[in-house]
Parts: sequence; C-alpha cells; structure tokens
Amino acid sequence: MSTPSTEQPRVPGRFGPFGGRYVPEALIPALEELDAARHEAFADPAFVAELEHLQRTYIGRPSIVTEVPRFAEHCGGVRVILKREDLNHTGSHKINNVIGQALLTKRMGKTRIIAETGAGQHGVATATAAALFDLECVVYMGKVDTERQALNVARMKMLGASVVPVELGSATLKDAINEALRDWVTNVENTHYLLGTVAGPHPFPEMVRDFHKVIGEEAHDQVRELTGGLPDAVIACVGGGSNAIGIFNRFLPEADVRLIGVEAGGEGIESGHHAARFQTAVPGVLQGALSYLMQDEEGQTIESHSISAGLDYPSVGPEHAHLRDTGRAEYRYATDEQAMEAFQLLCRTEGIIPAIESAHALAGAIEVGREIAAERGDAAKDAVILVNLSGRGDKDMHTAAAYFGLIDGDITEGDA
Amino acid sequence: MSATGVRPILDRCRAEGRAALIIYLPVGFPDVQTSIRAMVAAVEAGADLIEVGVPYSDPLMDGPVIQQAAATARANGVHVDDVFTATAAVRDAGATAVVMTYWNIVMRRGVDRFAADLAAAGGAGLITPDLVPDEATEWIEASDAHGLDRIFLVAPSSTDVRLREVTSHCRGFVYVASTMGVTGARATVGDAAPRLVERTRAVTDLPLCVGLGVSTREQAAEVASFADGVIVGSAAVRQLFADDVEQGLADLRSLVGELAAGVREGRTSVV
Repeated sequence: MSTPSTEQPRVPGRFGPFGGRYVPEALIPALEELDAARHEAFADPAFVAELEHLQRTYIGRPSIVTEVPRFAEHCGGVRVILKREDLNHTGSHKINNVIGQALLTKRMGKTRIIAETGAGQHGVATATAAALFDLECVVYMGKVDTERQALNVARMKMLGASVVPVELGSATLKDAINEALRDWVTNVENTHYLLGTVAGPHPFPEMVRDFHKVIGEEAHDQVRELTGGLPDAVIACVGGGSNAIGIFNRFLPEADVRLIGVEAGGEGIESGHHAARFQTAVPGVLQGALSYLMQDEEGQTIESHSISAGLDYPSVGPEHAHLRDTGRAEYRYATDEQAMEAFQLLCRTEGIIPAIESAHALAGAIEVGREIAAERGDAAKDAVILVNLSGRGDKDMHTAAAYFGLIDGDITEGDA
Repeated sequence: MSATGVRPILDRCRAEGRAALIIYLPVGFPDVQTSIRAMVAAVEAGADLIEVGVPYSDPLMDGPVIQQAAATARANGVHVDDVFTATAAVRDAGATAVVMTYWNIVMRRGVDRFAADLAAAGGAGLITPDLVPDEATEWIEASDAHGLDRIFLVAPSSTDVRLREVTSHCRGFVYVASTMGVTGARATVGDAAPRLVERTRAVTDLPLCVGLGVSTREQAAEVASFADGVIVGSAAVRQLFADDVEQGLADLRSLVGELAAGVREGRTSVV
C-alpha cells in the first residue's frame, strides 16, 4: 500500500492557522482554476485597465468621503469621516467585488453565475453584473430573508436573475450558501460561484479582499488630503467581513492606526441571540474555511441572530480571525439597539440614511470617540475616526419603520 | 495494523468475484435505537460494510433525503457519542463500519480523540466528504496512530494529478463520487462513473467504491461490473421515512437484499 510521503501537504490560502480549503474534492479543480485565473488577470494590464474603467464609469469610483461634524458631536467631539460606499452603483460596497469576479467569469469562459444573499445587497449587485455582462444568474436567498427583503427580490428579478428561496435549516444566509455550494458542485463546469464576502475556501478570502482594497487605498489618500495625516482609527462592521477588509487592508502597515471591526451584538451577548463571533466562538470549519465559528460542543453550527441580515452569519472571514489573534485589529460589537440608535442619529444629524449593517460601525464610532475623549480630554478634537459607510439604508426602511413605529397601522413581515 | 480496516472484507468480496455492497445510514434517524436496528438489519440482509453517517447542521454534499434525515436526527437528540455506539453495534453484528462525517464534527471533538474513540468502537476508518488530503495533516497522523482507514473522495472533475495525489493518501478504498453533484437517487448511472473508475485505476491499486445515485438492483449490477464496491445512501435512508418503523425496517431489508443480489450479478454479466 502506498504511504503518504513525509512532505507536508501544500496549504494554500492560510492567514496564520485560519482559512484553507475544506471543500469536496469535486470543487478543488474549480478553485485552482479560479486561483490561476485571478493571478493571471491581475498581472494582465488589459484586465486591470478594464476593471479600473468599470470602477470609474459604472460603479462611480472613487467614492467620496464626507466629514460629519454634527454626528461627531455625539462621538466625544472627535472628527468623524465617512467613506461613502453607499454612493456606489447598487448602493453598497458589494459591487466592487462583483464586477471583478464577473470579469473573471468571462475570462474563464463560464456562462452562468450563482450567488448567495442575505439582505439582498450582494444578490442585487450580482444580478446587475449578470445583466451587464450577459450571464445567466441564479441567486439563493433564505426564505425568511426573501420575505423581509421582498423589494430586493423584485429588483433582482427586474434585472433578469432567478431568485431561489431556500427553506432548509434556518432559511437565512448560511443556508443560502449551502444551497449555492450544492448548485456549484453540480454545475461547476459552466458556472462560477460569485461568493459575496471574504469567507469560503481559498482563493475567495484573498480574491474578494483584493477587489475591495480600493476602498482603503482611496480613503487613505482622501483622509490625508482632508486632515494632513492618517486617521487614529478605522472602523467597519463585520459580517463575513468584506467591507472591513477592504478599508483595513491599506492601513495594515500603519501601526499607529487602530483597526476596529464591529460585529452584530443582536439582543446582547448574554441572550445568546447575536452574531458576535469573537465574543464567544472557538475555531471551526464552516463552508470551506477554518475561522471562528459559533458552534456547540459537538461541532454543530449555532444559528446567529441580528437585526441586520447582512451581519447574520455564524462564522467570519479567516483573515479577520488572524488579525484578531495577532492583535492587529480589535473587534467589538454593537447590539441591535445601539445600531438602530446610531442609524437614527446619522439620519437626523447628517441627512444620510445608512444600511443597518453600516449603522453597527457608526455605533462603534460613537463608543470609540467617547473613549478617546475620556483619555485625551480637549486634545480629542484633533483625533480622526474613519468609518466605512458600506451601504445605504433604503433596503432597510421596512425594518426601520417597524422598529421606530413610523407607519400607522400594522406592518406585517413581507410588505415592502 | 495491516489486518485492520476494510481491506479484509473488500479482498474477500474480490475473491468471491463480486463487488462489495456498502450501505449508508445516518445514526439517529429516525432515532438512535431505530437507526442502529436499521444498520444491523442491513448487515443481515447482505451489506458488507456499513457507512455510519453523522448528522450535521450544514451538510453541503447532501441532497434533500439525507438533509432531512440529518435534521430529524438532530431534532430527536442524536449525539456524536451515538456514532461510536452504532459502530460497535455493527461490529457486534459481525460486520464492519466506516464513519462518514463532515470535518468540523471531528475537529471539534479533537482529531486524535475522535480517532481513538472510533478505533475503540471497532470502526475501520473515516470517509471525509469535505476534507481533502491537502488539509488533512492532522488526520493522516491520527489515522496512522490508531490504525484507521482514510477514505478520501475523487470526482469526475479531478485532474489526473489530483487523482494521483488523493489516492496516494487513501487507505482501505477510494470513494469514487460518480457524478458531479450531491447525494440522492438518480435515474441512470451515466457514463461518468465508468470513465472515472478507469482513470482512477490507472493511478492506484486500491479498491474503488462508487457512490452517488445508485438505488436499484439493476444499477447496483451495472456499477458492480466495473467497480469494487457499490455505495447506496439516499435510497436506503428513504425507507426509514415510513410512518411505521417495522414496515420501514422490512422495506430496508428487502431493498438491501435486492442490492446484494445486484452486486453479485455485475461480474458475471461482464466477464
């Protein structure tokens, strides 16, 4: 019988111990093909030029930054600057990655893309790219989410995509990813899985980061132009973690810049109903990657909870797990209540309606700003916090109206 | 150590000029006690090996039948410890069990501890649908330490380089996933299975057992004509959805009996 050689198996795509490729063998060739394609593409000036052209003329890059002094009064008086990913075409940062992967799909000669979506932002962005590039598109969405995000389902259908409600399990984002993976393993020959975050098997965490790192590269220069220096802290919400990695990446070498991820605290850590993985979770494998994972003592996934569908995921991108363990980034959480307070505050003080996901980052900014004020006193007014406003809140009006009781009469789930 | 594992059974089947019949049943479905009775019944009806499935919250390689069975088993309170109880029960019935599990279940228990518990219960090894050898350093060490078989999967999409790499880390047999897709009965075996078996034979001498989609005696005979083992999962599990448990077990016996006849027909029809 053949015994394995003593050489260690190759371990691609690790961030410290995290990441990897925990998938069926059937998908390994597609992941290797994708890995090769993205390396070739990034080395190809024509690909880079086409991506930059689409960023400029279709997505609307560079996105602007907006200083928000009236909001900042509630943040201990520090300066707060928003990176306005909400102003991108389709309303969030998600389109950065989608356009990049759609270009790669064409380059690999595949004709069909599939995607998962929670709140619908990634699904809408994917359906948009499918229309632009003439690709067949199927979006998997938990049945619960299709009901609470009915308007986004209509948007995807308008763009020509099929939306498949997933009724299995908790019928939310995690289950939509399982179903997308089942589709992919069946149809991998002509299909690309356009994964929407920095999770999943290698090369997705690296590749999705690389399509989003433009956020931090732009913001780095924009903040310096505005303030003459670097921010004291960069804050972003973390579900899978794509918008956070996108804005963090450029600042990783800047040791004096604090990088702060804000997870969804749901109804509070003690309630058990949350998605604050770094508060309670231990390392485990879910959907292709080793990372922090909400799981029971036998390794079964525990369902996460958040008012924000986009942060409602029981694991987190493996690079965040590594940034956390090495101490390069800090992770805290905002409860549903704190996020909704910050949501309302930005609306009322600055005339900007954020996505509820992004409102978690704003809640983090309020806390961090106050902590800086407590430490530095008057000098805090010179401190600068950069917040990634990853998406706009139009999609969340149904949730917000119900939460704040804005509409007379009974608002039932499913009305959009 | 070389006498342990599934090889003695597969070698015996080979000596009898037939393919082995491998039946997958998830522990805990519909409940722990019935699932163990079902495994013993399958052995008595002619299964050569039992694949003890571990119900998991996110079974991304499984189709609707096994997903539903896993969900029911979990709702009815199955625990990982029950896997070892079932494995020992199969051994006591005079057969051998291999365990099929998603990787996080093993990782959470501790790879070495899982391996030790499985070996103590008389289990032959592990089938790991979401663990490829590239990520399996710890499992390769633990399986060596505890004398367990390592059954990795090959798929129609595997390149020849991958086939060589994956099979070089297998021990016991190679799980040949005959079609691209998830578990579940299919109308026809298709030509991907014989082609993949042929490509895999070119790189390894290990027995090749074919799974994904087989549900009838005729399909079992067809697969047995080119493979060393026929793996049947969803079709067997489906019998246990019956409202009447005794009827379900009787139907399972009858199906396994048919499949056992099928794997004995395959070779004669070819040679």
